[in-house]
Amino acid sequence: MNTDTKTIGPTQARETTQAAQAAQIPSMPGASRALLQEYSIVLIFLGVCVLFAVWTGGLFLRPDNIMNVLRQISINAVIATGMTFVIITTGNIDLSVGSVVALVAVSSARILKALALHMPIWPAIAASCALALVVGGAVGAWNGFFVTRFKVPPFISTLSMWAAARGVAFILCDGRPIWNLPIQFDTIGRGYVLEGVFGPWIPIPVIIMAVFMIVAHVILTRTRTGRYAYATGGNMEAARLSGINVRKARMIAYIASGVSAALASLVLTSRLASGQPNSGEMYELYAIAACVVGGTSLSGGKGTILGTFIGALLIGTLNNGLNLAGVESYTQNVILGLVILGAVILDQFRKRD
Amino acid sequence: MPHRIAYTALAPRLLPVALGEEYPLPENILEMRRITKRYPGVTALDEVDFYLRSGEIHALVGENGAGKSTLIKILAGAESKDAGEVKLDGRVVEIMQPRQAKDLGISVIYQDFGLVPHLSISENIMLGREPIRPGPGGFIDWPALHGVAAQVMTELGLNLSPRTPVSRLSVAQKQMVEIAKAVSTRARIIVMDEPSATLTLHELDRLFDLIRALVRQGVSVVYISHRLEEVFTIADRVTVLRDGKVAAVKPICQTSREDLIRSMVGREMAGDYPKRVDSLGETILAVENISRAGVLHGISFTLRKGEILGITGLVGAGRTELARAIFGADRVDSGWVMLEGRKLSLSSPKNAIAQGISLATEDRKEQGLVLGMTVRENTTLANLQAVSRGAFVDRARESGAALDFVRKLAIKTPGIEQKVRNLSGGNQQKVVLAKWLFANSKVVIFDEPTRGIDVGAKQEIYQLMRRLASDGIGIIMISSELPEVMGMSDRILVLHEGRIAAEIPAGQVDGETIMRYATGGGQAS
Repeated sequence: MNTDTKTIGPTQARETTQAAQAAQIPSMPGASRALLQEYSIVLIFLGVCVLFAVWTGGLFLRPDNIMNVLRQISINAVIATGMTFVIITTGNIDLSVGSVVALVAVSSARILKALALHMPIWPAIAASCALALVVGGAVGAWNGFFVTRFKVPPFISTLSMWAAARGVAFILCDGRPIWNLPIQFDTIGRGYVLEGVFGPWIPIPVIIMAVFMIVAHVILTRTRTGRYAYATGGNMEAARLSGINVRKARMIAYIASGVSAALASLVLTSRLASGQPNSGEMYELYAIAACVVGGTSLSGGKGTILGTFIGALLIGTLNNGLNLAGVESYTQNVILGLVILGAVILDQFRKRD
Repeated sequence: MPHRIAYTALAPRLLPVALGEEYPLPENILEMRRITKRYPGVTALDEVDFYLRSGEIHALVGENGAGKSTLIKILAGAESKDAGEVKLDGRVVEIMQPRQAKDLGISVIYQDFGLVPHLSISENIMLGREPIRPGPGGFIDWPALHGVAAQVMTELGLNLSPRTPVSRLSVAQKQMVEIAKAVSTRARIIVMDEPSATLTLHELDRLFDLIRALVRQGVSVVYISHRLEEVFTIADRVTVLRDGKVAAVKPICQTSREDLIRSMVGREMAGDYPKRVDSLGETILAVENISRAGVLHGISFTLRKGEILGITGLVGAGRTELARAIFGADRVDSGWVMLEGRKLSLSSPKNAIAQGISLATEDRKEQGLVLGMTVRENTTLANLQAVSRGAFVDRARESGAALDFVRKLAIKTPGIEQKVRNLSGGNQQKVVLAKWLFANSKVVIFDEPTRGIDVGAKQEIYQLMRRLASDGIGIIMISSELPEVMGMSDRILVLHEGRIAAEIPAGQVDGETIMRYATGGGQAS
């Protein structure tokens, strides 16, 4: 028995190394380095968590605080999901999403109040949510239409929508927030489910974020639509000459971004229990930050939903942890700025290989 | 150096023979020795020697891809050399950046001009060297700026207002401005890359006058051109590059047009091309009267199953444009294409692919492949629905298909998950091929199928093309490499200025004849 194990042991070991080498051509150091780079943002995130855990004396890691962080990032993560789509497919950013949040907040609030007068409350909520998503999608389609048909630079097209959508939002409510929404509508932003299953309750915004991001992840990694998004962003001319409808691919990305912003807006409107025309300011920049920190390349064709999630999570964690640690918000902004810069520098190193 | 100017004031092209060895020849202002440059998978320059004498006009000729541009880019500091040395006035110099080349008095005028369109002529001429008014603030001294520019332009006999925006100039005028810019930097060596490509005859005369004026001022000129007539009109000496090597260096008066063509083409026609098949199938593709204003003029031809139709011609003859028109990538003004007797819609590549036509583009990296994607993803890109179930890509079937092609085409890659960016040129081309085979193409158009691919891999590509043909696929092969055209094609079309200049069955033709048709000299001789 003893001799058996002695002979088998090393042989097995050798076989495993050979298999590993065969699987990871060209070379182990290169492969492991790539792996490290790929997950470096995760390592940074974990490091930040440990730091906060110590700094706050364990407060940071309490389950209810973790749920808090997830709920706080849900709006940004949802917007960033659409933004990831746009950046991957076009290599450009969608500047309009913050204003779309406001537009959808106001219009969905108005629609909801109008519908609630004529139909039972839950169908009214469902209908106004659906219409809200349609409004978001329509704004995205408008952006995409001018980019793909009239060759308006995406920056300009979405910049003009950034200005116009907020203007429309203010017009729709005469500049005053729309209050007195049906109390049931609050559930979307403030409700909890699965009480006690994972210890604490799970906020519904977290569920919405999770489902939405999983769907987006599946679309990007498993469907033709997703493949065409990567191909179009990676090399539009090669994609076109391979018979891919690159116009459609880009339209889909802008529509996805509009729908994401609308969904985020519903969560926000519900949380605030009102449609606020000045909501969503600067949200586009936080969404872009989440994508960039998560490794999405601003030259297009590269990025993942998982990365964007971690990006949003890192930003949210910094906010939360620094709050708990008693760092005031001005310093927090400085730190956020440095983190974005650091993430991009990290990405540049990654590209250099 | 007064004696140098005295020499060049004489008719320079007579120098080497007329004065013979009794007088010392002008010294070399530039010596590029044993310059070698390798790109992944291909050697662009192989120990090339290039000497430029002071005050001469030296033509650099060669087929597309012979290495002219690479040599010039190394001189200009736009590319780094792998081996060899560059000597300027007998001193070794290391030119690492374009800026250094400029400082050394080397100025390159590329085909696509480096002018800023919305700035005036004088601002362009003085770009980066604007004279500054004395005193604090560093304000631009506009009168001086326009004055210097105007002076240079007068010297060169350019009759334009220095304040005209460059965007309003004709191509020829822009070129003059480029030359003025070069002169104003006191360039001693001016390199012109295909300066005549877009000029009319009259403009060309003006250009030649200008070049001669430059030489009288002591400038040495490297003149790159495809057009041999020009070389004989303007140059004192000529260097012929072929496959990254120097094929000939001669005084222009000791050579002839035929001689140069032979040097440019003159490869051994080794029997290293796959055998042709005797029997061709029925007509699969018929192109009728395709025209596009200024580019293609009434082009008609047919292609049979199993046939390899070679299309050749000079740069700008309309080869790539023809391919893109058939593929639906560019619009056409008139004409149509029939595939197996059915009229094709030429509206988009998507349509062409669906109907069985594919195009392996000349520029694999820019147009053929998504470099950041894997071998697997690129293979299935044009026919993803074939491995999809509903909206979802079936990863297992996709991998199976990709693996299948990796084996069949012997693609050298660590695996199907390798990014194509990391493959050699030959293997990238095989991935392109895999993509089109996976899309069930009936007709494949290859645009420069072996551009940038090393010799061994070329053979494999040739074998594959022939194998496809014998499987009944119709192949159009666009190429500027004459041996390849002659060795591979069953039939050859020569294009000249958007028209078919000749249609020649294989085996009845030599490179010189093709070159004659391609340069527009077909009917005359």
